[in-house]
Amino acid sequence: MEDRTGQAKGTVLRLVLGGAAMFGFAFALVPLYDVICEVTGLNGKTAGRYEAAPAALEPDRSRDVQVRFVTNTNAGMPWRFGAEQGGMTVNPGGLNVAMFYAENPTNRPMVAQTIPSIAPGRAASYFHKTECFCFDQQVLMPGEKVEMPMRFIVDRDLPEGVVTISLSYTMFDITDQASGRYALEKALATKSAPAAKASGDTGAAGG
Amino acid sequence: MSAVIEAHHDDHDHGPAKGITRWLYTTNHKDIGSMYLWFSFIMFLVGGVMALVIRAELFQPGLQFVEPALFNQMTTNHGLIMVFGAIMPAFVGLANWMVPLMIGAPDMALPRMNNLSFWILPFAFGMLLSTLFMESGGPNFGWTFYAPLSTTYAPDSVTYFIFAVHLAGASSIMGAINIIATILNMRAPGMTLMKMPMFVWTWLITAYLLIAVMPVLAGAVTMMLFDIHFGTSFFDASGGGDPVLFQHVFWFFGHPEVYIMILPAFGIVSHIISTFSRKPLFGYDSMVYATSSIAFLSFIVWAHHMFTVGMPLAGELFFMYATMLIAVPTGVKVFNWVSTMWRGSMTFETPMLFALAFIFLFTIGGFSGLMLAIAPADFQYHDTYFVVAHFHYVLVSGALFSIFGAVYFWLPKWTGHMYNEGLGKLHFWLSFIGVNVAFFPMHFSGLAGMPRRIPDYALQFADFNAWSTVGAFVFGISQLLFLWILVQTIRAGQKATTEVWEGSEGLEWTVPSPAPYHTFAEPPKVA
Amino acid sequence: MMSKLSSIARTVLATLCVFAGAAAVAAEYNMPVGVTDVSREIQELHMTIFWICVVIGVLVFGAMLVSMVLHRKSLGATPATFHESTKLELLWTVIPIVILVVMALPATDVLVKIYDTGGEDMVVEVRGYQWKWQYKYLDEELNEQVSFFSNLATPRGQILGQSEKGENYLLEVDNELVIPTDTKVRFLLTSNDVIHSWWVPDFGLKRDAIPGFINEAWANVKEPGVYRGQCTELCGKDHGFMPVVVRVVPKAEFQQWYAAQLEASATEALAMAN
Repeated sequence: MEDRTGQAKGTVLRLVLGGAAMFGFAFALVPLYDVICEVTGLNGKTAGRYEAAPAALEPDRSRDVQVRFVTNTNAGMPWRFGAEQGGMTVNPGGLNVAMFYAENPTNRPMVAQTIPSIAPGRAASYFHKTECFCFDQQVLMPGEKVEMPMRFIVDRDLPEGVVTISLSYTMFDITDQASGRYALEKALATKSAPAAKASGDTGAAGG
Repeated sequence: MSAVIEAHHDDHDHGPAKGITRWLYTTNHKDIGSMYLWFSFIMFLVGGVMALVIRAELFQPGLQFVEPALFNQMTTNHGLIMVFGAIMPAFVGLANWMVPLMIGAPDMALPRMNNLSFWILPFAFGMLLSTLFMESGGPNFGWTFYAPLSTTYAPDSVTYFIFAVHLAGASSIMGAINIIATILNMRAPGMTLMKMPMFVWTWLITAYLLIAVMPVLAGAVTMMLFDIHFGTSFFDASGGGDPVLFQHVFWFFGHPEVYIMILPAFGIVSHIISTFSRKPLFGYDSMVYATSSIAFLSFIVWAHHMFTVGMPLAGELFFMYATMLIAVPTGVKVFNWVSTMWRGSMTFETPMLFALAFIFLFTIGGFSGLMLAIAPADFQYHDTYFVVAHFHYVLVSGALFSIFGAVYFWLPKWTGHMYNEGLGKLHFWLSFIGVNVAFFPMHFSGLAGMPRRIPDYALQFADFNAWSTVGAFVFGISQLLFLWILVQTIRAGQKATTEVWEGSEGLEWTVPSPAPYHTFAEPPKVA
Repeated sequence: MMSKLSSIARTVLATLCVFAGAAAVAAEYNMPVGVTDVSREIQELHMTIFWICVVIGVLVFGAMLVSMVLHRKSLGATPATFHESTKLELLWTVIPIVILVVMALPATDVLVKIYDTGGEDMVVEVRGYQWKWQYKYLDEELNEQVSFFSNLATPRGQILGQSEKGENYLLEVDNELVIPTDTKVRFLLTSNDVIHSWWVPDFGLKRDAIPGFINEAWANVKEPGVYRGQCTELCGKDHGFMPVVVRVVPKAEFQQWYAAQLEASATEALAMAN
């Protein structure tokens, strides 16, 4: 009997460790999912800032790709946000710039975060952004309006089947979230200094 | 640990303690098994009342009895209670009673943890049910609780829901650890793994599944908790998270969970079919391999619940093919059962009737499962009543019928009394007819385009829904007959023999009926 | 002789009528064939799998019933003792695999077609709200021109049983989505709050609308008509009350409708400016 109990202890220990490992695994799924998204374009997530090698910036004039911008604000976000152009036709490999605007019509300072998403998902890993307001948070004072450029390159290796890429931006109000509060404090501190009048120029105050 | 075993030797001569303390402090696997079974039966009735509220509202188009807000709470809690409160604890109860008896062990390996894992459950479900009386109302986001409906947009009671899930999960994990430790370490000498009864085998595999995925569920609800209260953004797009990630984590738990609710049923049905066909189980080895392959495959098919979220083509194809593959080992099991019956000498007592209905109706659920696996077709079936029909066929006429069968099969051993065969058969036929009248029309309402989880519907679905409601009430009310049969058997009923069933095989049939409070103090010899 | 022949003919005819009637009734009990190539192919796929399941079911349940009828103790059956057969077990592992491959091939074909990302003639953005849909039309320069909400139009009284329910009870909206026939329309789906799912059964099209993310799907409808569907992802209290209604009209008619919408939105903008 004693013998068997000893064995049971070993079994139980292994099982408890296994359970704990699986609890950890649930959290490991988060970064794992991000990696899978980046590789497969699952859900159309785009990568962060792209560092282009100058040699790669050779437009393929034989091919046209249409890029379409879809802009929205999420529930409870009163800002006016949109693209200056509905879309544009580009050559893969070339560097392009598109203009977006945001305006805070309320009477209080607010912080926004914009989330990009691409359809079809398999085009996501071929869409590179060298500059985007979505890399940062935007802090806007009451009534303030900003123009925000977004520079991007469509990869020359974009699969043949893709002729149109839809790039969606959804703007969220994060004023009350921890990161938003931090960005707001920082921006207010800069603004109180007289020289900082132009700090809203790119809207990238939280960077 | 050794203290427990000494204590165990100590009270060897006397029976159970008297009064309430017997149940509060018991470490006896038979007591705990009974408590699990009664608890699950109560939860089954509670969840059943919710189902009848749902069906009453859906009897006719229009809103008659409940507001949409309450309707959503009913669907959510019906699902949660039936899955975590009724089906799973019932199987754990059966394991508590039968695994030690089947492998010739004196008790479970960890008797005190066994007590704890049971007594957590009333608290978990008390907490869950209390949310229904809170100002914000109970959980209303479906038993699958997709973010952000269950996070940013959840009622305040969501925190209680999260703790209830944590507690129920902890209970399941402890139960699973106990079952594995028992099976691996406490088998009678001579009982090799490949000589174990099929119910023990299926539970061993189920317990491993539980340990693998219940912590993932715990992780998912913990992330929700952090998102709601501590400002993280696991599932919130505005902070860089992704609501679809929630669905991946949930279904990584959720799909194996489906097999957790059906593998023990496979074991039960194998015993019943073989006993009442008076023939050994056909293809024992392939049954073990099939069960293992189903368990393995259950880890790589989860995203078939998410074909419409917009996965890349390669993902859709992978999950479609993997899901279709599950049909192979499942088919092997069904074919083996039919071969067990073939050229047997069959009789049709109540447990056998439930087992036969299980094979018949579970197979129908399997067919609709195969249809759902086909991704393009799933675009039409997804989140319609076709899915509702499918999973009620595998869970009600599958898992639940196997539990009914198991109770009738082993009740004489537990109580020492035979149940009333005539009433048992009546219970079977009412349940069989009720289930089919309730759930078969749901295939049609789904194909006709009726979405799940809606409190009101368009006129073309009216006939199907009226039938479903009639069937649901027949099924629901006939469970009161089951309660009556149980009470009657325990209080009176003819004496049962040791063997109970003609030619029954297995160690559990070698101990007297009712099974004494302590069995197999000396391990039996297995040839 | 003649009378016999005619009676046979009559029987055949009657049988055919019964079958035709059954088929007509069956249509009500089945997945709609729909009005796009994709929906038609999905329905064929559905029927193929269904019949394969029926055949397997007849064989398995047949064997079960035979042994339930013949091999019963009350008929004096004595149990055989066999309990394995490697050949049989191998056979019923391999045959299902073959059947699955046969099913998987057409399924893959249809799926690839659904996932086509090729060019389109028109783009509509579909945005889910608690509890309504918003439709935005994007023009050739991809600027958003016409945009409106589509709300449930069924009066509250009908839902509460105070007045008689109309023909399209719960499946009617104030502003229908209008699209032209024979046009490849691409839908871009997003959501404003929680996850919704946009479903038109007759198009064979169901796709989730997820907040912060964009999904796409497409349809090319051949037949004009009004097609109705619903939100199919639980999205809160009024999940059951946000129908999808799409009116498909010939191209010329669509142009007229669209011009009127443009004018209306211009007037509205003017009114707003004043």
